Amino acid sequence: MEKLNPEIKNQIENELLSTVGRRYRQETFWVIFLGLICVGGTVAWIIQLRKGLGVTAMRDYVSWGLYISLLFFFVGVSLIGALVSCVLRMSGAKWRYPLIRIAEAVTLSAIFFAGFMPVLDMGRPERLYYLITHGRIQSPILWDVVAIATYFIGSVIYFYLPLIPDLAIMRDKLTDAPKWRRKLWRWLAMGWEDNLLQRRLLKKAMLILCIVILPVAISVHTISAWLIAFTLRPGWNSTIMGPYFVFGALMAGTAIMILIIAKLRHGYRLEHYLTPKHFNNLAKILLALTAFYLYLNINKYGVPAYKMAKEEKAVLNDLFYGNNSFFFWFTQIAGLVIPIIILSFKRFRQSIKWVVTASVMVLLGALINRYLIVVPNMLHPFVPIQHAQHGYASYNPTLIEWAITASSLAGFVLLIILLFKPFPVITMWEVTEEVEKRGEKEIGVENIITLQNIPTHAS
Amino acid sequence: MACGNNCTCNRNESGNQDNSRRDFLLKGLMGGIGAAFLSGCSGSTSPKSESGDKVNVLTHDGKLVAVDKSQVANFKPHISEEDVRKGIPGKKFVMVIDLAKCDGCGKCTKACNKMHYLPSNKEWIEVLEMQDSPEVSPYYFVKPCMHCDNPPCTKVCPVDATFKREDGIVAIDTDRCIGCRFCMAACPYSVRLFNWTEPVKPNIVETTPAAENVFQSKKGCVEKCDFCPHMAREGKLPACVTGCPMNAIWFGDANEDAVTCYDGTTTKLSQLLEDGGAYRFMEELGTEPRVYYLPPVNRTYDAKEIKIEKEGK
Repeated sequence: MEKLNPEIKNQIENELLSTVGRRYRQETFWVIFLGLICVGGTVAWIIQLRKGLGVTAMRDYVSWGLYISLLFFFVGVSLIGALVSCVLRMSGAKWRYPLIRIAEAVTLSAIFFAGFMPVLDMGRPERLYYLITHGRIQSPILWDVVAIATYFIGSVIYFYLPLIPDLAIMRDKLTDAPKWRRKLWRWLAMGWEDNLLQRRLLKKAMLILCIVILPVAISVHTISAWLIAFTLRPGWNSTIMGPYFVFGALMAGTAIMILIIAKLRHGYRLEHYLTPKHFNNLAKILLALTAFYLYLNINKYGVPAYKMAKEEKAVLNDLFYGNNSFFFWFTQIAGLVIPIIILSFKRFRQSIKWVVTASVMVLLGALINRYLIVVPNMLHPFVPIQHAQHGYASYNPTLIEWAITASSLAGFVLLIILLFKPFPVITMWEVTEEVEKRGEKEIGVENIITLQNIPTHAS
Repeated sequence: MACGNNCTCNRNESGNQDNSRRDFLLKGLMGGIGAAFLSGCSGSTSPKSESGDKVNVLTHDGKLVAVDKSQVANFKPHISEEDVRKGIPGKKFVMVIDLAKCDGCGKCTKACNKMHYLPSNKEWIEVLEMQDSPEVSPYYFVKPCMHCDNPPCTKVCPVDATFKREDGIVAIDTDRCIGCRFCMAACPYSVRLFNWTEPVKPNIVETTPAAENVFQSKKGCVEKCDFCPHMAREGKLPACVTGCPMNAIWFGDANEDAVTCYDGTTTKLSQLLEDGGAYRFMEELGTEPRVYYLPPVNRTYDAKEIKIEKEGK
């Protein structure tokens, strides 16, 4: 394919750069709204720090609750970066290019909060540094710390590398930006001149990182799974936990990815770049993952349910017919079976609305499922719970806990939005390069070459 | 940390003592744990009245002399952080609980709570009503910490706050615990408790490292049955043993092959385990508990009166 007309390239870059630093009314509303939730959560956290974890509903039997469930959720969601940047790359999916930065932003935000959740859950957060000064490498918590830290650093680098040429474009184009910004861009662009050698080096670095980060990503979530699989408790004492967590995570991450690009598509006027092709392809991945996750669920619950061993029985009964049965069947049917049915039809897969609907259901199911993995098992230990004081033999999260949970989720979304603000959402250089090489169709963008006049934003 | 015991560590600088200070080698005195150095003995400056009681002490040049009791400071050996983590040398503590004798009175729990200044809503040793299947008769089941030899809890601790000592005790250092509660999730016996709020502190001053304190509750930290190591250091029995009038709990040293119960009867451990058909709770988990149970045969109480609390209430 021939080179893009410089004028068109210029226009594409102008269009994609127009989101940088721009204020959108709806976005401002969300930032303020999510920010307020975070403020509320911070207040709740301060109360919790002062009074102790007694302000939560966690007690000696249910000693892990929403915070650890959310830890598993965030670690899980963070795998989306590895899925888009590595798995799709290795499978040669060219349509991934417009999605890379979005996926890495989600990953960064998720892994940041994944690192934060255990601190919220600690009885003595001021002793956090003991993990370094007195750390025992035999403990999976240390592995988790190392893995989360490694993955966080890896994700920052993976976010940064494809950003270098874009920063150079920003440095060269946005000359009317404030001086400190241009200085920062110049510094971050590290003298990018867009010559062949630089491109080759950058691509090599990205390839190496892509290969390195995949095992790290998988280990991060496998280790989180081991936090519970390494115990003897009925329901947790299972070898399926690692893959169960990893695939559940990829599924939840894909669902979040779909929801975010659906929001960005209209919010940032990226209809030409985030097209039904992306939704269709992500929907196919989501279909494969939900189907596989259903299969894992059948193994995880079905195999012990057939045997009904004494210890497992109490947990399984609780999930199948007991207090948590509504949630359990919701995650299985509304969170898996119905999305599988929706996504199985080509007609629905090609409709953004239906794909989004299915994603919302999958995401909701995944969130509740994290809770179901943690809490019901703790309520059914080996030794029967007897003479329990009020509130010890059940778990009904308190307002403080909900506030902190809500603000962690809000903070997660807020951080993604804030990561989109200073940089173009779409990797400009890679998209234009690939469009030149392979044409619009394979990358999944629409009408960016033929477009003569790009309509200006209604702001 | 300052030692605080009446030992030599901080006293030397006080300068209130002159040449008349005498060093004694104590033999089987107050502490009762072997021979130890004593220097906190009051000299001629002491205005203390003589009590008339004489004790025999060994001087460093090997003479046995009788001195007045008031001249000897109440000496306790200094226990360092390292000693606490290592445990009491040469011991392997073990507990045997005779379920045939336990009538569920709960006095062990009360004695334990008193010893460790625990409020009534905390139970380091729990008495449960168990029924293995609907047709078999129920029994009372006493559950302290099992002090496993393959402890799932210490394996997962990220900061070595809970650890296995050479004397068999699984202890918790509440100066170290970060409150992650992984050990609670890992313990299959649900013996670990967490201080969700600030505990009520008793009016006592403790000088040993945290892991061997009588009062271990600390906000945001885990606690559990500790086999009363502070008692064991003095050669005494844990609170639950001395609190059980049914003689259902035996405690002792597996190396000595001897266990003792409430009324002071000391018996051969191996014999007791053999004759009683002893077993360990949930042996199949491979945790290797240090607590043995004698099955509830020929009960000394009416089993029909036991009411089992149904799960989920």
